[in-house]
Amino acid sequence: MKLLIEILRQASRTSAPYKQTIAYEAPPEDTVATLLKRLNSEEKLTDTSKSPVGSIYWQCSCLQKKCGACAMRINGTPRLACDAKLGEFKRGRLVLEPLKKFPTVRDLIVDRGVMMENLKAIHNWLEQSARQSEKTVDLRYDASRCLQCGCCLEVCPNFTADGSFYGAAAFVPASRILAQAEKDNPQALAAYYKENIFSGCGKSLSCHHICPAEIDVEHKLANANAVAVWKRYFR
Amino acid sequence: MSITIIGAGLAGLSAALTLAEQGVSCNLVSAQASERAQSVMAEGGINASLDTMGEDDAVTYHFEDTMRGGVNLADPNAVWGLCQNAPAVVRRLYALGVPFSTNERGIVQRNFGGQKKKRTAFVKSSTGKMLMTALIDEVRKYEAGGLVRRFAHHRVSALHIESNACRGVTVTDDYTNEALTFSGSVILACGGMNGLFEGLTTGTTQNTADVAALCLENGVELANLEFIQYHPTTIGISGKRLLVSEAARGEGGRLFVRKNGKPWYFMEEKYPELKNLMPRDVVSAEMTAVTAMPECENQVYLDMTGIARDVWKTRLSDLREQLVHYLHIDPAKAPVPVSPGIHYFMGGIWVDEQHRTSAANLYAAGECACQYHGANRLGGNSLLGAVYGGMVAAQTAMSDPETDRVSPEQAEEQNAEVSPSFRARVSAVLGAYLKILRSESGLRQALEELNALSAAAGNPAEVRLLRLAAATVNCALFRKESRGAHRRTDYPVAERGCQKQTIVTNTEIFYREIPERRSHEAID
Repeated sequence: MKLLIEILRQASRTSAPYKQTIAYEAPPEDTVATLLKRLNSEEKLTDTSKSPVGSIYWQCSCLQKKCGACAMRINGTPRLACDAKLGEFKRGRLVLEPLKKFPTVRDLIVDRGVMMENLKAIHNWLEQSARQSEKTVDLRYDASRCLQCGCCLEVCPNFTADGSFYGAAAFVPASRILAQAEKDNPQALAAYYKENIFSGCGKSLSCHHICPAEIDVEHKLANANAVAVWKRYFR
Repeated sequence: MSITIIGAGLAGLSAALTLAEQGVSCNLVSAQASERAQSVMAEGGINASLDTMGEDDAVTYHFEDTMRGGVNLADPNAVWGLCQNAPAVVRRLYALGVPFSTNERGIVQRNFGGQKKKRTAFVKSSTGKMLMTALIDEVRKYEAGGLVRRFAHHRVSALHIESNACRGVTVTDDYTNEALTFSGSVILACGGMNGLFEGLTTGTTQNTADVAALCLENGVELANLEFIQYHPTTIGISGKRLLVSEAARGEGGRLFVRKNGKPWYFMEEKYPELKNLMPRDVVSAEMTAVTAMPECENQVYLDMTGIARDVWKTRLSDLREQLVHYLHIDPAKAPVPVSPGIHYFMGGIWVDEQHRTSAANLYAAGECACQYHGANRLGGNSLLGAVYGGMVAAQTAMSDPETDRVSPEQAEEQNAEVSPSFRARVSAVLGAYLKILRSESGLRQALEELNALSAAAGNPAEVRLLRLAAATVNCALFRKESRGAHRRTDYPVAERGCQKQTIVTNTEIFYREIPERRSHEAID
């Protein structure tokens, strides 16, 4: 299919972003990820004004929705490039931009390190051996699936990279740890949870619908709140 | 003591955790965050003779299956250590919160290829992701405490090896292009050589083989590069091979080909004991053979329509979703067309039983290392090998005498990357001639075509990759027999005289004897 691809490019962290438009043809069953790989393997690709395109910088790893590396804004929606088939875009118009909530490193690469820093700050780890319970097994499985892709933070009205609210990318993993908490053994995480998640969440739940792993995000929030805030522990 | 780990997948995290628990600090370097490592893609499970399924399983059986599956080419002492420690490894993962299914006897296990007992612990078909989440959280504790220093978005740009001893490593920040040199021991945990077969493997694009190429250039021994696992059930999707986990067959999936128009369940007919769960090398070779028969269609199908509804729900829901999403086929309702695809590299950086490479103070673990799997890896042994191998490598690195520091003149960076178009050209050659069936003439042709590419190699990284590609072909030429994943049309049987490891360096290629098996008591 014929495509007109507009990419928001940026040479370095400090340089100014600019748009580049490329006319290209690719099969509709290709994903945006494969398209980017194709563009980068073209030796002499030019844009619509005949300027050279050069390497387009983006991140990828698994190419099958399991690693979250290739999250970007595709026609305004944060999603995984490996999950976006070209055939979806009937008019052949594609706008690719980096996620906007994180600092741009280069082209479509953003620095999402803040997500891992936030998990470190709230003590997102087990303080003792896991208390395995069949009651929490599904919750812990679903919470463990988080890709740390950042799509949920991109659509969150309360999250900013330098703010004190850490969003779904923190409370989904936190719900796995909190499922282990007991009355006599509350996780250190619980106190941080109140401050950095519960008190800042406006409950818009825009995160729930955007998750590319289709995690039941609202369920994780409700369960984490129950433990960390209302001291209702799983037995 | 200064130790740097290259790679933050399962093997790297396991090594970091082992060091941190002993109070030893490390630098944990990776091209991307741990969440992007190939380990998160591992599906089916992790092997350990937990004996929870009432089948009288034992370490000995796990050992025998692993050795037999690897066609007696693995180091038996290393494999014994692996199998003996497997139950403790899995119990530790359970204690870290991995949501394994349980029954009244403990962790539930499923059937997997090449094993006569239910020995594979699992979480649906997302086992790797579950292990990674648990280990990432556990290592995070030590990151916060300062013992594990993370360097995400960094790649190796130079390995400092002098007089066959590793003195450190230089890494470059992908975000800023700044170089950092770390003196001391180095543990490589950088994954398999997918980068030699771009677009043709089930794995990540980030396991580039660039570090293996650096090892070769620096005189570090590589081993058994000819043993490349073709997983029987993969499907070509946009830009890669998609894996259909062996769990599908472990839970009852059946392979068939249409012969004279009727389904022929060839594995069940040919192998009445293990049927569809023969080791992967055997299944892939059989698929290649039946599709070449004139009375058969050129397509094998995986029939999962007989799998019970509750098994789909509790054990394979993620696998089903994936097939519906990428292929628009509901495997509970219709057979899925599958074919063999590159999935794992049994060969890699040579290591001894303690995970030492041929260079002092340089260690390797996980898929980048040649250990445990011999000529063919059993499903469920890779996650185990990664966790256990990382532990052993870290323990050895702690106990070996320390290395000299990197000399300042060594620390110069050599930053250059392999271009996508060059990698594609190398991959096209290897993909064409290192298939399931190989021949002298094909392999010689591959060498010629690689040689013709040398003029196009534009920087040192591309020259190195080309040399690694040639070394891989040379290993396949050198081994004049068929064994495990290495099948030669011109040497169709296994030769007793070839029951050795292929060792390749930048100057020579030779066979090395496999260590003699010590008595189990001596190893215990």
